[in-house]
Amino acid sequence: MIHTTKELELIANEIRQDIIKMLVEAGSGHSAGPLDMADVFTAMFFEVLRYKPKEPDWPERDRFVLSNGHINPVLYATMAHAGYFPTSELKTLRKFGTRLQGHPERTRLPGLETTSGPLGSGISQAAGMALGFKMDALVQQRVWCFTSDGEHQEGNTWEAIMFAGKNRLNNLTVVVDRNNIQIDGLTEDIMPLEPFAMKYQAFNWHVIEIDGHNFEEIIAALNQSRAILEKPTCIIAHTIAGKGVDFMEYDYRWHGIPPGLKDIEGDPPKALQAKAALEKLRTLNGKIRSEHE
Amino acid sequence: MNSYELNPDLYSTKLEYEPNRKGFGEGLVEAGMNDALVVALCADLTESTQMEPFAKAFPERYIEVGVAEQNLVTLASGLSAVGKKPFVASYASFSPGRNWEQIRTTICLNDRNVVIVGCHSGVSVGPDGATHQMLEDIALMRALPNMVVVVPCDSKEARRATVALAKLNKPAYLRVAREKTAIITTDNSAFKIGKANVFKEGSDITIVACGPLVYEALRAAVDLDRLSISAEIINCHTIKPIDSETILASAAKTKRVITLEEAQVAGGLGGAVAELLSSKLPTHVERLGTQDRFGQSGTITELWKEYELDSTAIVKTAKAMMRGVKK
Ligand SMILES: Cc1ncc(C[n+]2csc(CCOP(=O)(O)OP(=O)(O)O)c2C)c(N)n1
Ligand SMILES: [Mg+2]
Repeated sequence: MIHTTKELELIANEIRQDIIKMLVEAGSGHSAGPLDMADVFTAMFFEVLRYKPKEPDWPERDRFVLSNGHINPVLYATMAHAGYFPTSELKTLRKFGTRLQGHPERTRLPGLETTSGPLGSGISQAAGMALGFKMDALVQQRVWCFTSDGEHQEGNTWEAIMFAGKNRLNNLTVVVDRNNIQIDGLTEDIMPLEPFAMKYQAFNWHVIEIDGHNFEEIIAALNQSRAILEKPTCIIAHTIAGKGVDFMEYDYRWHGIPPGLKDIEGDPPKALQAKAALEKLRTLNGKIRSEHE
Repeated sequence: MNSYELNPDLYSTKLEYEPNRKGFGEGLVEAGMNDALVVALCADLTESTQMEPFAKAFPERYIEVGVAEQNLVTLASGLSAVGKKPFVASYASFSPGRNWEQIRTTICLNDRNVVIVGCHSGVSVGPDGATHQMLEDIALMRALPNMVVVVPCDSKEARRATVALAKLNKPAYLRVAREKTAIITTDNSAFKIGKANVFKEGSDITIVACGPLVYEALRAAVDLDRLSISAEIINCHTIKPIDSETILASAAKTKRVITLEEAQVAGGLGGAVAELLSSKLPTHVERLGTQDRFGQSGTITELWKEYELDSTAIVKTAKAMMRGVKK
């Protein structure tokens, strides 16, 4: 590892705070998914992914595909911390003229590998990239695709999983944000995905299940996927929706709104949500005293 | 003045017929020979989409996707992202019929150079019936920013269009048909994406057509000549970007325009021409094509008659227009 776990936790915490600030500034956008994937994104961009932020088109880079485009606040914040662009640009999220569109647009922001938002087509594109590398016998570049659990209700997703299994795309790693929520409720109530790991296995994938908030596990799994030679790898990252802000955690009502937009029963009144969220993050949900207090 | 080279056998009994999808298949092999980056993907229709010759010539560049049209185009977007020049083929009802949003987001908005080949377009598909006779694809594809839309008139033009699209490096839609139709052009005929060709000059009425029906327009022109009505025939193989210059010049001369296509007139070639003329040069336009109806089983002759796409229907429309009748 390049960083200590402590250092990674600090980076992830800063990314989460930036997510809250961006969302508040934008006045719209998604809270739960971006917060719960902050640890996986941090591990990915600070320990595993091969890229040059100042040379985003570096031909030998790994390809990172975000399939569930709606969690892009975490992608933008991570990219800014990784050096693609200044963190000051984060406050332009969703504003007129911004490179940080409401859903990611490749042609607007260098470093993005694709355009997404409509769910279910990221794994296909990643599989196409992985297949292209194989056709050219390029073994250095790996393709990583982050996706959500809700996206696995899309037919296109399973078409891609079937294709990657058949073609033994061992240069492809998919990471699923298994936060158990989607817009209308819990995935298992809306349209059950379980037995999730077995489904991937049945399609000839290697499957690893991890705690999506444990850096050692995340990094080990991402690296392990490089060593699987026979199959593509799916990492099911079990995450806590809204992780880091206790009143958002496990709550699907925070899927698609920013702090400060509306009162939610049991949570701080809307006028106080942003401040409370940042305080929760700074104090690790009250575990430590905030230096800003 | 007309320098466009048409098949010398066009009006003789020696005229040969060939499905224009066959020209696509030949063009794809040619494109594959020209450029090692050209790859082809198909969704379980290798033979009928005419991808088979490419699959045989370049098995390492041929990707079978199975019956999965959404995956077909999104995989191609990914292949394009790593430098390939993908062609994807299926029946037009399914691609771009079923996977339109994926084409919109991952190819057009994402600006990826994928060529989508829609086979079995139009009622001329015949016995398979309405489900397999795609009529809305021109409208679907034409509405997308970044998309180029090409509808070749015969097999030779389909081959040239395929070769040209492989070099274009833009999102594109190529529409081909199943049934054997007249070979109108020659191996030496000109072809440039975005440049319509005047197949016959005339002074009384302009017929802007695309696809195999161009032959019906040419036949109608012969009949109209006998009635002393001089028709100008434009083969508008590129529907987007449309060749406004050629169409406006012709409309300015004849002041009457008929459009002809094997597709819904709403949003199709008829829509495109009417949009152009309504703002630049308001002109009486009659649009021949399917009029908000689905297709059905039958032979190409029966169906072109039923949907008023054949030369008889064109002559009737032209005569009425000459009398100033508006449909
Ligand atoms: C094709 C498509 N259909 C619907 C939507 C609207 N939508 C956006 S997010 C979402 C929920 C999907 O669940 P998941 O990605 O698991 O949400 P999260 O865990 O981030 O809350 C839906 C239905 C969409 N973006 N794309
Ligand atoms: Mg979810």
